[in-house]
Amino acid sequence: MSDEPTSVTESVRPPATAEIPTPQQRERATTIFERSVEDRRAATLPPAGVAEAELSELIPKRFLRARPAELPEVSEPEIVRHYNRISRRNFDLDTGPYPLGSCTMKHNPRLNERVAALPGHARLHPAQDPKRAQGALELMWLLERQLEEICGLPHVSLQPSAGSHGELAGLLLTRAFHAERGEQRSKVLIPDTAHGTNPATVTMAGFEVVKLATDERGGVEMDDLRSKVDPEVACLMITNPNTLGLFDPNIAEITGLVREAGGTLYYDGANLNAIMGHSRPGDMGFDIVHVNLHKSFSQPHGGGGPGAGPIAVSERIEPFLPVPRVVRAETGNGAGPRYDFDYEKPLSIGRLRGFAGNFGVFVRSYAYIASLGGPGIKDASETAVLNARYLLAKLSEGRAGKYLPAAFDEPAMHEFVLSGGPAKKQLGVRTLDIAKRLLDYGFHPPTVYFPLLVDEALMVEPTETETRESLDALAGAIDAILEEAEADPETLRRAPYTTPVRRLDEAAASRKPTVRQPSSS
Amino acid sequence: MSRYTSATDSDRARMLEAIGAASIDELFEQIPEELRLGRDLELPAGLSETEAFDHLSALAARNADADSELCFLGAGMYDHYSPAIVDAITQRSEFLTPYTPYQPEVSQGGLQAMFEFQTAISELTGLPVSNASLYEGPSSVASAAYLAIGATKGRKKLVVSRGVHPHARETLRAYAEGFCAEVVEVGLVDGITDSDELEAAVDEKTAAVFVQSPNFLGAIEDLEALAAPAKEHGALAVASVDPIPLSVLRPPGELGYDIALGEGQPLGGRLDFGGPSFGFFAAAEAHLRRMPGRIAGETRDVDGRRGFVLALQTREQHIRREKATHNICTAQALNALGGIVYLSWLGKRGFVELGELLVRRTAYARERLAAIDGVELLHEAPVVREFALRVDARIADVLDRLADQGIAAGYPLGREYPEHEDGLLVAITERRSRADIDRLADALESAMETVQRAGELQGASR
Repeated sequence: MSDEPTSVTESVRPPATAEIPTPQQRERATTIFERSVEDRRAATLPPAGVAEAELSELIPKRFLRARPAELPEVSEPEIVRHYNRISRRNFDLDTGPYPLGSCTMKHNPRLNERVAALPGHARLHPAQDPKRAQGALELMWLLERQLEEICGLPHVSLQPSAGSHGELAGLLLTRAFHAERGEQRSKVLIPDTAHGTNPATVTMAGFEVVKLATDERGGVEMDDLRSKVDPEVACLMITNPNTLGLFDPNIAEITGLVREAGGTLYYDGANLNAIMGHSRPGDMGFDIVHVNLHKSFSQPHGGGGPGAGPIAVSERIEPFLPVPRVVRAETGNGAGPRYDFDYEKPLSIGRLRGFAGNFGVFVRSYAYIASLGGPGIKDASETAVLNARYLLAKLSEGRAGKYLPAAFDEPAMHEFVLSGGPAKKQLGVRTLDIAKRLLDYGFHPPTVYFPLLVDEALMVEPTETETRESLDALAGAIDAILEEAEADPETLRRAPYTTPVRRLDEAAASRKPTVRQPSSS
Repeated sequence: MSRYTSATDSDRARMLEAIGAASIDELFEQIPEELRLGRDLELPAGLSETEAFDHLSALAARNADADSELCFLGAGMYDHYSPAIVDAITQRSEFLTPYTPYQPEVSQGGLQAMFEFQTAISELTGLPVSNASLYEGPSSVASAAYLAIGATKGRKKLVVSRGVHPHARETLRAYAEGFCAEVVEVGLVDGITDSDELEAAVDEKTAAVFVQSPNFLGAIEDLEALAAPAKEHGALAVASVDPIPLSVLRPPGELGYDIALGEGQPLGGRLDFGGPSFGFFAAAEAHLRRMPGRIAGETRDVDGRRGFVLALQTREQHIRREKATHNICTAQALNALGGIVYLSWLGKRGFVELGELLVRRTAYARERLAAIDGVELLHEAPVVREFALRVDARIADVLDRLADQGIAAGYPLGREYPEHEDGLLVAITERRSRADIDRLADALESAMETVQRAGELQGASR
């Protein structure tokens, strides 16, 4: 067997015409509601086993529905076939590379699904008495300690449900921190490379966004920062490495300046996968870090959730953490420690959601960290950076190097950003066109048009779970696509050709939105 | 130790050569020396897959789950039967492993499922537009407050009934700090919202009024009447609802509500010790452009084929940044998919049958338990699937006794309703048969006798 597997592109180029529709393209999208036929059903329910009183004898008629909700009437075989069929209209990570920048699309171990589904986890009621949920509380306690060590901060709350929720937690903590000192600060500093969630969260938390410029090396423009740090600054929110994949060499000075001015330091953990075991946000001077368990810690992305966004915090922030907290007490009689929820934290910002968080996500991420251990976690980051740098090196040559140069000539970490500016100018194709053509080649495209400061940006994050061969194939596909563009840019402009549907009119869907099936009644 | 990477030593060498680096460490050189950890992470050694499975299984075994005991716990999450097809479909790689449908041409499955989900939620709530899910129930209440503040041009007063889930009220209060808004609570009388107090609390500064039905104590509220003060003062009326009772109850959309939202776990979701589940959020058409979260919309491709995309993205953080209608990015697409599969499984008739079954079984359980000496109804308002009792004994002792017999009898109200220190919330699902209810009743009766006797003895010895 050859040690050089054939890449996708060496075999056959995908069609560049849609003249003969694929079977999926011929199939009109039909919703489960449109499959409904009167009197069909799937569910069978147990008999009530009690008196079959008229409902109106038990509930006043004015509270009762006049007509049933128009749910579909379908049999089980149809439901299974319907959802299996539509599922095939998705591209997924288990099928091919998904180098979506800032999203860390790493493999989702099936062991984690298996242990999350154990009845002791999946069937545990959240209102169970903590005395009878000791395994769950211990798991949460252990995961908190793991995240503390990885982030280099002494306390963790697992409660936030996603990165954005962790950000909100962080700014509410910041607000409470300043209020406790009798201060009301209004501004939050954010680099212009930040994810959109950062500024959106700032507004939701009642602060004002102050943007920081990016210098020619892709880091924070230090003079701009110095001119904006003042006693009105409540917090600095930053991603490091940033969304350009660049580790800011001035990070210690940055956090120092803000700390000196009395602000808190917030680390957006979206890019934590670059540095695990090598560097820790706590050691960089940060107070609050959110960790996307669905990025660095392998929770499946689910087509857009669920995830979880635990926060790790410094001592000065700890008193304000959300409740309930998980606490451990030694019993001292040889029976082992006892775990409990603590609700009595007088300075706490309170709750940010129901119960204690996305426990099912905690189980998966705990299983992931326990499986890898310290060395494995470090290896994950090392391989993620190795893969990104290898792909970047590949893409710095040939056509990609010419038409899609790196946006910043600095060593990237786990992701990098290319600019499609030259491709647009010289070939007349936009980043969007390249992305759509990649779909025909069997790859999910990188993140496009972000960060905003890069012209025609492509943000590429291969993650550690891609093989060298798949990275070669991706680089080969991009080269082949640019070759097609050289020959005829129309090939790209009209792509994709082979996907279940072709380019969709997104503007129409927003101008006159149809967001539900028309009611049949 | 498990690894989910593929790079061999020879791969690494070749890749480093292509990069032009001498070592892996060189790839981390931009991290200033003083910020490098310089030691190994203090984490336990990694585990093989079999060891990891055993370790996680041992932790799981120390939890009393709803399969290992008789569970009458509710309080927002319920032990409904989740049909096998929910897991079978949500565990498919095609649904489990992609991300947000940023490339709609290869995300039609997920987008169509969102569109179907939105349709179902719209049907349940009687409101024309729904989003594709939020994190979960209680935080959805706070998200509605943010919408209401925007929609009422910056009014900053939020009036909330104490019948709304305590976690939702606490979440609302935490978020309100960021909104710089004031939260005013309205009390309950005989188990339902005090309508006079509500009317007095709502004024021209009120952005939204929040009620829940059935409320936290299980009581069906007169939603129509409770919407009136909000209407009168130009505030938004927001109803928090449990989706299962909507099978038999009039939907908020028919009762004057601008927004209906709630916790989606009852729709075939796992208990999962509280999450992940999903929040649902439906609204009147007028609020579509202020809605939080993803929304799928129907459109056409260049050849005229029907397709689905993320609609109205200009509301969202990745486009609008600090002017976004909400900061949410990742929501709960997979859980919402489970929800639409579950609702399709129940279907139009099964959904109603389930609701009717719950009403009847719950009526039986309520009567049976309230007949026990020392136990009485905390309120007599009509209920669907959950009811509150007053127990004339120390609740914790009673619950411990029942737990020893493998029964999780209910949710003690004392922490969140100090006025109901003796209150117990009992939930019924289709999985709790008449025989199960009888078993609970018998066990509660004997526990009451024992606890009361112990109390008398203690009293006598004083």
